Amino acid sequence: MSTESAPAPQGNAAEEQRPRFAVSALTTNLREYGLIIALIVIMLFFQFTTSGTLFKPVNLSNLVQQNSFIIVMALGMLLVIVAGHIDLSVGSVAGFIGALAANMMVIWQLGPLSNPLVVAIVCLIVGGLIGAAQGYWIAYHRIPSFIVTLAGMLIFRGICQALLGGGSSVGPLPDDFKMLSSGFIPDVIGPLTLIPPTVNAAGKTIMGSGLTLHMTTVVLGLIAVLAFAYFGVRTRRKRERHGYEAEPFTLFVVKTLVASALALFLVYEFASYRGLPVVLLVMGVLISLFVFVTKRMTIGRRIYAMGGNAKAAQLSGINTERLTLLVFVNMGVLSALGGLIIAARLGQAVPAAGLGSELDVIAAVFIGGASAMGGVGQVIGAVVGGFIMGVMNNGMSIMGVNVDWQQVVKGLVLLGAVIFDVYNKNKA
Amino acid sequence: MTTILEMRDITKTFPGVKALSNVNLSVEEGEIHAVVGENGAGKSTLMKVLSGVYPAGTYDGQIIFQGQECQFKGIQDSEHKGIVIIHQELALVPMLSIAENIFLGNEHAKFGVIDWDANEARTGALLKKVGLKEDPKTLITNIGVGKQQLVEIAKALSKDVKLLILDEPTASLSEKDSQALLDLLLEFKRQGMTSILISHKLNEINRVADKVTVIRDGRTIETLAKKDISEDRIITSMVGRSLDDRYPPREPKIGEVVFEVKNWSVYHPLHAERQVIKGIDINVRKGEVVGIAGLMGAGRTEFAMSLFGRSYGRRISGEVLLKGKPVDVSSVSKAVQHGIAYVTEDRKTYGLNLIDHIKHNITLANLGGVSRHGVIDDLRELSIANDYRKKTNIRASSVYQMTGNLSGGNQQKVVLSKWLFADPEVLILDEPTRGIDVGAKYEIYTIIARLASEGRAIVVISSEMPELLGISDRIYVMNEGRMVGEMPAADASQEKIMRAIVRGEGKAA
Repeated sequence: MSTESAPAPQGNAAEEQRPRFAVSALTTNLREYGLIIALIVIMLFFQFTTSGTLFKPVNLSNLVQQNSFIIVMALGMLLVIVAGHIDLSVGSVAGFIGALAANMMVIWQLGPLSNPLVVAIVCLIVGGLIGAAQGYWIAYHRIPSFIVTLAGMLIFRGICQALLGGGSSVGPLPDDFKMLSSGFIPDVIGPLTLIPPTVNAAGKTIMGSGLTLHMTTVVLGLIAVLAFAYFGVRTRRKRERHGYEAEPFTLFVVKTLVASALALFLVYEFASYRGLPVVLLVMGVLISLFVFVTKRMTIGRRIYAMGGNAKAAQLSGINTERLTLLVFVNMGVLSALGGLIIAARLGQAVPAAGLGSELDVIAAVFIGGASAMGGVGQVIGAVVGGFIMGVMNNGMSIMGVNVDWQQVVKGLVLLGAVIFDVYNKNKA
Repeated sequence: MTTILEMRDITKTFPGVKALSNVNLSVEEGEIHAVVGENGAGKSTLMKVLSGVYPAGTYDGQIIFQGQECQFKGIQDSEHKGIVIIHQELALVPMLSIAENIFLGNEHAKFGVIDWDANEARTGALLKKVGLKEDPKTLITNIGVGKQQLVEIAKALSKDVKLLILDEPTASLSEKDSQALLDLLLEFKRQGMTSILISHKLNEINRVADKVTVIRDGRTIETLAKKDISEDRIITSMVGRSLDDRYPPREPKIGEVVFEVKNWSVYHPLHAERQVIKGIDINVRKGEVVGIAGLMGAGRTEFAMSLFGRSYGRRISGEVLLKGKPVDVSSVSKAVQHGIAYVTEDRKTYGLNLIDHIKHNITLANLGGVSRHGVIDDLRELSIANDYRKKTNIRASSVYQMTGNLSGGNQQKVVLSKWLFADPEVLILDEPTRGIDVGAKYEIYTIIARLASEGRAIVVISSEMPELLGISDRIYVMNEGRMVGEMPAADASQEKIMRAIVRGEGKAA
């Protein structure tokens, strides 16, 4: 007996392929950029409802500084979810690491070990060890990640509170450490004043008047945009040289121009305030790294294969246990970094740091189009998902929407995004 | 005696395959009627038509049960009439008790509140009937397969069964349990029940059947009465088909021994005391295609998977030699490094990432071949994927098509491509043409022939004997975890293979 499924459409290759390729490139690209378009629409919406506050340079800097820890942790969570798992402990681990860092720097007086940089490195290592401890049970003993990390969520929140001696907070943290969250990159080139600030009768400059650009930020931004365009063109050339169809040229040009314009707009915004926030730089480097790992490296490919079909991956010679362990180690390190960013922003460690943030992180990944079944999801999706959550938080707060209702709206957006995804998939 | 069941001119087609054509089956009341045929002959399909798994309208022909023409829309309809089928794979819920399983979906209850006393009392009575001495509260997971089979039968009896269909009931039972089950069938017969027994095992059929209907290639070949039943007759009838040129011609160039397995033993992963593979020795030469014949449940897949990085079983012992040197194949990656590849029989579960496209699937087993320092060379990967797509003739719109949307034959070609790109010296193919239409089969055979001519050592596991005879140079016959025969393909015939299997039957305890 045979259960042959319907034969594949034998679409007679040669003549049919070219036009269909163009159409499919457009539709898949539209789907990929749909999320970014959604983010832009949401931003414009709040720009309008907050009468222009959202895009004020100072607010954009705030927005980045408030949400960076969610996005940093979402990078790790994306890999966890693509691998077919979940991690509920990230908020508690972040809280615990914040408490650990604060104690090391303020309370324990460890001499050279209290140096912020040393503390940060120790904390990242501790985060990795926590990830390894949880990942070990998940990978080698096949205990469901939901349960292991639920336990971790309780355990590390408890240790966090114990370290802070019950309900109190530990601080203030050294200024060097706070730079991680609230600092801006130094202007090594020097500012460029385009419009001198207005001086009032008392001889003092009026805040926010005039226009001075943070030139280091401008130069860095221009370099990034040029590099983006250069690598885009180079990849295209290479594909064409090898005789492969690249995406339609007009689409490529439009895409590159739009992306560059958006990037330059943001650069201008930051440059006209105090420059590039340090945490944005950290985030940018991490995002690029994770895009590269997931798109171009064998380890990324293996994680997707494992999430798509663990048995097939294993029978293809992939060490799925070790890979699962690594995914959780990575998550632990990024949770620790998230914890450091939170502590640095608050200037102290508090018992509630990171409380509930695991849900924001997971929501960001799912809004970004990852599948709860594993095997599907993009880094850029998770990042944009994180920003969508962040912009909604920020915009609704400025509008004065009650926190209770903010949650309702975020919940609806999450549900809507996933329903949209599933609907699209079924249609395709 | 009256005829209780008549199936007339049953024809059932799947897309591209005619699974049954004009099959006739007539069963008398109170008899045990055996249905025999090779794997894939259409026995199970016929039973699925009868029990309503394939509802009326999806097949042609008539089913007349107790003088009435029946149009079953689902399994409930046929059970309502008293036709109950016990499938080869038991359908019991392991963590529920015997009583809960027997009355699952059919509980004695009032307003949704279950009357446990009534359920357990009735279960007790049913268990007595099938001769199973177990507490109705015992969990299914705590009793052996033989007893589980009896629970299935008790469940069938609870439904007021008139016609009991057993699909290879003894396939996973020990000799002793099998005998007990057959005795039970004879006991039911004395009480006047009618049964249909689907089986490969000719000694069992000899023992209990009143009549035998032989099915081959989706057609009824003949129905034999008790006095005509003999092993020879049944075997001839089962396999008697002509071999036309369904296999590409090849000129084997066989070299020295490349791959050797010595005294390989494996125990069941869950039932620690059950030995699945019992001291197997095989060898394969360069450029040779070696077939492993056997019936389902003979342990062929278990053997292959345990060789391939211990992907099956526990307490594995024995030795694997490549070109005379012992090699460590204790993990899949080690096996792959030594140049061994295994193409699974179940491509959807074990072979492919169905939610990813062809390109990524092809390179998965050899990512090192398209990367440098862990960074994948996108263009190289693309050109390799296109290369294999051409070589194995994968029909798809592009290498970016999801493998989940391909037909079975094309999926199989993707899995083959994956392992070809890993460039193995020894390639083990498990049921390489299962669920594939005839045209694609020929293409797969061509690929196999080409691989052999490139000097690789190839092992093909197949339940289709003509296929093995058509493509192999040498054939091993496996049964119940042992090799029970070895013959050059030139001397082999389906009769010889079948005889080796039947003779080997019953040797094991």
